[in-house]
Amino acid sequence: MAEKKVRFVIERQDSPESQPYTQEFDVDYRPGLNVVAALMEIQKNPVTVDGKKVAPVVWECNCLEKVCGACMMVINGRARQACCALVDEIEQPIHLAPARTFPVIRDLLIDRTRMFEALKKIQGWVELDGSWDVKDAPIQNPYTAQTAYEISHCMTCGCCLEACPNVGPQSDFIGPAPTVQAYLFNLHPLGKFDKPKRLNALMEKGGITSCGNSQNCVEVCPKFIKLTTYLAQLNRDVNIQALKNIFNN
Amino acid sequence: MAKDMTKKKIIIVGGGISGLLAAIKVCELGGEVLLFSYCPVKRSHSLCAQGGINACMDTKGEHDSVYEHFDDTVYGGDFLADQIAVKGMVEAAPKLIKMFDRMGVPFTRTPEGVLDLRNFGGQKNKRTCFAGSTTGQQILYALDEQVRRWEVKGSVKKYEFWEFIKIVKNKEGICRGIIAQSMNTMKIEAFRADTVILATGGPGQVFGRCTASTICNGSAVSAVYQQGAEIANPEFIQIHPTAIPGSDKNRLMSEACRGEGGRVWVYKDGKPWYFLEEMYPAYGNLVPRDIASRAIYKVCVHMGLGINGENRVYLDLSHIPADYLERKLGGILEMYSEFVGKDPRKVPMEIFPSVHYSMGGIWVDRKHNTNIPGLMASGECDYQYHGANRLGANSLLSAAYSGTISGPEAMNWAKNGNKGSEISDAELEAARAEVQEEYDRIVNMSGEENAHKLHHEMGDIMYKYVAIERDNNGLDQGLIELKKLLKRWDNIGLTDHSKTANQEAMFVRQLRNMILYAMAITKSARMRDESRGAHAKIKLENGQQVHDADGELVFMPRDDKNFMFTSIVNYDPKTEEPVVTYREFDHSLIKPRPRSYAVAKKE
Repeated sequence: MAEKKVRFVIERQDSPESQPYTQEFDVDYRPGLNVVAALMEIQKNPVTVDGKKVAPVVWECNCLEKVCGACMMVINGRARQACCALVDEIEQPIHLAPARTFPVIRDLLIDRTRMFEALKKIQGWVELDGSWDVKDAPIQNPYTAQTAYEISHCMTCGCCLEACPNVGPQSDFIGPAPTVQAYLFNLHPLGKFDKPKRLNALMEKGGITSCGNSQNCVEVCPKFIKLTTYLAQLNRDVNIQALKNIFNN
Repeated sequence: MAKDMTKKKIIIVGGGISGLLAAIKVCELGGEVLLFSYCPVKRSHSLCAQGGINACMDTKGEHDSVYEHFDDTVYGGDFLADQIAVKGMVEAAPKLIKMFDRMGVPFTRTPEGVLDLRNFGGQKNKRTCFAGSTTGQQILYALDEQVRRWEVKGSVKKYEFWEFIKIVKNKEGICRGIIAQSMNTMKIEAFRADTVILATGGPGQVFGRCTASTICNGSAVSAVYQQGAEIANPEFIQIHPTAIPGSDKNRLMSEACRGEGGRVWVYKDGKPWYFLEEMYPAYGNLVPRDIASRAIYKVCVHMGLGINGENRVYLDLSHIPADYLERKLGGILEMYSEFVGKDPRKVPMEIFPSVHYSMGGIWVDRKHNTNIPGLMASGECDYQYHGANRLGANSLLSAAYSGTISGPEAMNWAKNGNKGSEISDAELEAARAEVQEEYDRIVNMSGEENAHKLHHEMGDIMYKYVAIERDNNGLDQGLIELKKLLKRWDNIGLTDHSKTANQEAMFVRQLRNMILYAMAITKSARMRDESRGAHAKIKLENGQQVHDADGELVFMPRDDKNFMFTSIVNYDPKTEEPVVTYREFDHSLIKPRPRSYAVAKKE
């Protein structure tokens, strides 16, 4: 009996400047096979269905546990992590493509620098005096801490940017993930001291006014973060801050 | 703005918890950091740590003490850890937790808003602070944020997607910089530094399938080993008892499952047999990892009682209320459901031990200096703190603590160290050109072997001979097979000759380093004729494994007289083989005593 194969149709690109093309590969099926494991099999035997020996497919991955965010790509038209995309649960042939919201470096490998730059813009940190001991940390409301924990799962994978119609060349929108991080730091008992700075940053170009509330982000978030809820909350906070800015000046 | 030329320049390789904390310390002391990483530092492997971080907070009415943490760590490590170093770590732990709390790590809290604590293996008191079941991710993110703040201030320059290739030494043999390669443009460059800190993590990929990320290959450690850095105790490889076996990786199921009441069992005579509770009544399911892994291995491999005859046992949480599980273990239960397709809140999980952590690593003194002046090591890539076995939730602690030591010491060396002669542009270029030549040779390799297949074979060799149960026949055989593998490396062929993001060429280079590291592990295990912590060696007589009257395998006992020493492995450039010697370490504070988890610990 012939072994069961899984067909992959992969959009490839040799360098940042070159044109994309597709290649097809067959991978031996096994129970529990996921997309990263299949790409690893292709590394061991990089031969297309036409029998052509080619360079192995290039992509990014680290943890394979859906915590690091590295292996985000477009699988059958949807942005998601490849490590937890089980072959059994998706339609075949399986189409893989890079998330083109971001510059493509090669094949499925993309450059997500813009997300990390956006975290600088929103001042995504608690302004600590230093890493030395200052005796005690403030007590925190356990319910607020629970909300912070949810948002703090964001692994900067970029699924929400890829899915968002307002992220792209037509707009400066920094995207849902970095925006919502501002909300996280505003919740912290020390982080909230700089809440006005973060809210003012979100009033600028590329900030929260660029969000069109299409709700795509919350649909694709692999960490199930209630992005639209927090975006709405932030929008309210930004408006209040805007009023404060008027009356305090 | 004019660049401040008087600033001390520290290169840190690796952006996990240890590297990031070292970076923060360097910045606070006025230094400048060049931070090299395979990936955006926010994706470093520290984020896979799940269960928590140990610190004596004593907020559960159990009269926990720093001394108890100290003793548990030394005892858990089977008396092979430097006791002065361990003492420093456990004393600093509560302060580190408060710092993380201030930084915004969303620790799980009690109803009154203070940090909650949970049980962990090898410890009788609740001592483990945690953020749900993603503690490493949360701590890494908080440090990533702080480093970003320093990046904005101009003190940190990140080289993400850069691979460290080797250090550059001056005439006197002092480390004065590194050679690194961009993983996207493949450009190879030399960088000067006053001090270099390696914080490159563990070597899990040497075993192929493990709980580690794909980037944890030990390649950087092997590179400096080949340049004269000593590796210490590499034979002590922690096998985590509870992982989900997988063909691409074994996914960790946190020890927190057992800490929160999870029970391990198999069917025996048609009834559930809670074998850990029966074998180790004092600690039950909360025995340390080496003990639990050997018990599971015995039940499956020697007794044939694994689930459906396969190498699996049950890890059962189904008796615990679902809302409690969600709050304490949410993240990892979701992962199990996602990758296995079964809900661990309803049915027992199926798990088996997997290679997880390296207690050994680059030899360092208590300030984290290696034997090469100007080169330091910090985090899992060093050998400090854990002896022959690491307690769960002590790794996040040692990662963080080592960063708080190595960072300031790097600045101290930069300011006050005897750095010898400056390295000239010509010397730097010569070192760079050598790496370039080697890389060009690799890209043009046209043999028959596939590097990824060789890697797979190496994992098989290591699991077969150098894992849970070892014996000298197997270790000798393992060394022979690794040497054959090293020969076959020369016959690798590449299909990728691209000048952009050539992952295949980089992997071929890493693989050679991994094979040499594997040889160091195996040789060091071969030479240590005793059982201690994670290193369990079966007794041989006339070349045959010895069984006792009940037919059970007999292991060599712990031998303090001959082996209560640190293994030191040096690389012999002529033969490419490891040379093992032994070194004294400080065990003056707690007198060694037999280690048994069947009875309550006696001090």
